[in-house]
Amino acid sequence: MDNSQHFKAPLMADLAAEGRTPEVLFWVGCAGSFDNRYKSVTIAFVKILNKLNVDFAVLGPEEMCTGDPAKRAGNEFLFQMQAMQNIETLNTYGVKKIVTACPHCFNIFKNEYPGLGGEYEVLHHATYLQQLIDAGLVKMQGGGEFKGKRITYHDSCYLGRANNIYEAPRKVLEQLDAELVEMKRCRTKGLCCGAGGAQIFKDAEKGKEEVHYERMNDVLEAKADVVAAACPFCMLMLTDGVKYKEKEGQIKVYDIAELVAQAEGLA
Amino acid sequence: MQVIQQVAFIVCLAVAAFFISRRVRRIAGNIQLGRPLSRKDRPSERLKKMLLLAFGQQKMFDKPLIGLMHFIIYAGFLLINIEVLEIVIDGIFGTHRVFAPFLGSFYGVVIGFFEFLAIGVIITCVIFLIRRNVLKIERFHKPEMKGWPQMDGNLILTIEIVLMLAILTMNAADSLLQLRGTDHYAVVGAFTFSQYLMPLMAGLDTGALIGIERVGWWLHILGIMAFALYVTYSKHLHIFLAFPNAYFSNMEPFGKFENMSTVTREVKLAMGLMEDDGADEGEAKFGAKDVTDLTWKNLMDAYSCTECGRCTEQCPANITGKKLSPRKVMMDTRDRVEEVGNYLSQGKTLAEALEMGDALYSDRYISKEELMACNTCNACVEACPVSIDPLNIIVELRRHIAMEETGTPASWNNMFANIENNMAPWKFSPSDRFNWVEELNK
Repeated sequence: MDNSQHFKAPLMADLAAEGRTPEVLFWVGCAGSFDNRYKSVTIAFVKILNKLNVDFAVLGPEEMCTGDPAKRAGNEFLFQMQAMQNIETLNTYGVKKIVTACPHCFNIFKNEYPGLGGEYEVLHHATYLQQLIDAGLVKMQGGGEFKGKRITYHDSCYLGRANNIYEAPRKVLEQLDAELVEMKRCRTKGLCCGAGGAQIFKDAEKGKEEVHYERMNDVLEAKADVVAAACPFCMLMLTDGVKYKEKEGQIKVYDIAELVAQAEGLA
Repeated sequence: MQVIQQVAFIVCLAVAAFFISRRVRRIAGNIQLGRPLSRKDRPSERLKKMLLLAFGQQKMFDKPLIGLMHFIIYAGFLLINIEVLEIVIDGIFGTHRVFAPFLGSFYGVVIGFFEFLAIGVIITCVIFLIRRNVLKIERFHKPEMKGWPQMDGNLILTIEIVLMLAILTMNAADSLLQLRGTDHYAVVGAFTFSQYLMPLMAGLDTGALIGIERVGWWLHILGIMAFALYVTYSKHLHIFLAFPNAYFSNMEPFGKFENMSTVTREVKLAMGLMEDDGADEGEAKFGAKDVTDLTWKNLMDAYSCTECGRCTEQCPANITGKKLSPRKVMMDTRDRVEEVGNYLSQGKTLAEALEMGDALYSDRYISKEELMACNTCNACVEACPVSIDPLNIIVELRRHIAMEETGTPASWNNMFANIENNMAPWKFSPSDRFNWVEELNK
């Protein structure tokens, strides 16, 4: 643990000016850049990258929305406009490898950008963290805070069903000195948080319940102390759900990067 | 008498073949109303998927007990059809149990096995009827299941029970006739299960037994012919279409939505990334308003749907009481393409047919409220045992709403404007995007 470490988040433009191309581009995403709660996930992940001396950079002000919410809402024009501008930026910098904490950004880079001329190696941070753990780079022997706690993982649709990533986030959580419990609806049958498909940007249609409140019933049933998320939208919805159920005192919602950073003493 | 039966049988067979093939051509024609789509890549992976999903019923075992019961009906259907082959040969040539001499004592074993399956099918169908009508399993009682769809499900199960009972009755009467040494009834011995029906008929005279045997025989084979025709009008078409539907299913990750090439062209022109080559795109349509704007695979999906509701059961919107039901999306697509197909068969042109009745995207079929409730979470796609993709249709209809009709909700329009102007779905200044770095060392 080195609390005196000065953490850096180099900008792609600055490195390019020095004639350097970093190994990894950390794609922060809109939530990671602007949302007050989710900014701490960005910071936690950047601290992990710093600690491991990963050669990375971020785009900073040059980053733009990937176009995911537009595409899922049916506005293909707006999506492709965004995509082509982003691809131009990424290709100008010669980006080869992208890591992002957002499953929506991950999905769109992995599956939809290649057809428009943007081909990169794309990793979601769950997979990236799992690789670092497998390589013995992240050890998380501390565990401390999570000892004896019940952690449940909420599957993000755009990681799980959309891209078949179910195990990586769980493997990361298994490293914590905690008890990993599953909700009754998990993996392929995981219940959406209610945000996907651009739903988070409008009111829900008339119904008998909000999707994220319904999901909270699963969390309560699992008697989890911590809900681990791997997606900014899931994080927002779950946090709101905990508030709605008035369980803020008992149940905490964290991103897996925050849990790793805490276990590594980086928080 | 024998000759009359043979002639009657051949006439029935021909009539059934005529109506079934006419109906099959209509369905094939309706599916071809869809836009082209190539699904010819990766043949070996596709074959494997078909073998696992359709032949092996892999997804059905997500619910193990139901999967097993469904497998019994499926195996019964496949294997008992071997006996139908014998029945058809007997019917045409006036023979009786034509395979018996070739199989010898093994014949009894085979029929015994078929009877075992028949009993299994009867038990399973009864359990399924109870599940639908007494236990009222929720997914069979959603709004879209009212009326005909509910009747359809019950009819199929009932017909299957009747067909199986006909076989058993026929076999029992047949065994008694053999014992009495009745002419024409080759001695193959009593059968494993139908022998228990024999005491019920033992008191009847030979004429009555022949009558029962013949009624059972005719009921079974006419029932199968009628069932085969009925299936083409019912949700039960999945017994055939599950195979091609699994074969031609989407092999890409579920999260990958198609990039619209018509849009790519316009965006590239607008951004100055390509010169206008003067190629006329014609009247490019964006998204789908009606069934002809969907692909043939979307339409095949609709005909493959057996309305089991596993999709709707998993749909977060439906679970929380919204109007969206992925199953209804498939049922509406099928109803609409049937409607268009009917107009076409009345001699209307495609343009006229599409003008008649309401489009797929309309309050009569799939409404905006339903489409807007989708989370694009792929739970429906994942749940479908025969690889139907309701989400693809939902997205195509959403594209129509967003790009042709500009009918998206105001809050989405704000989100669009934010992305366009601020490069983020929320109203933040792009120059503030990197402000988080100030908190990195706090």
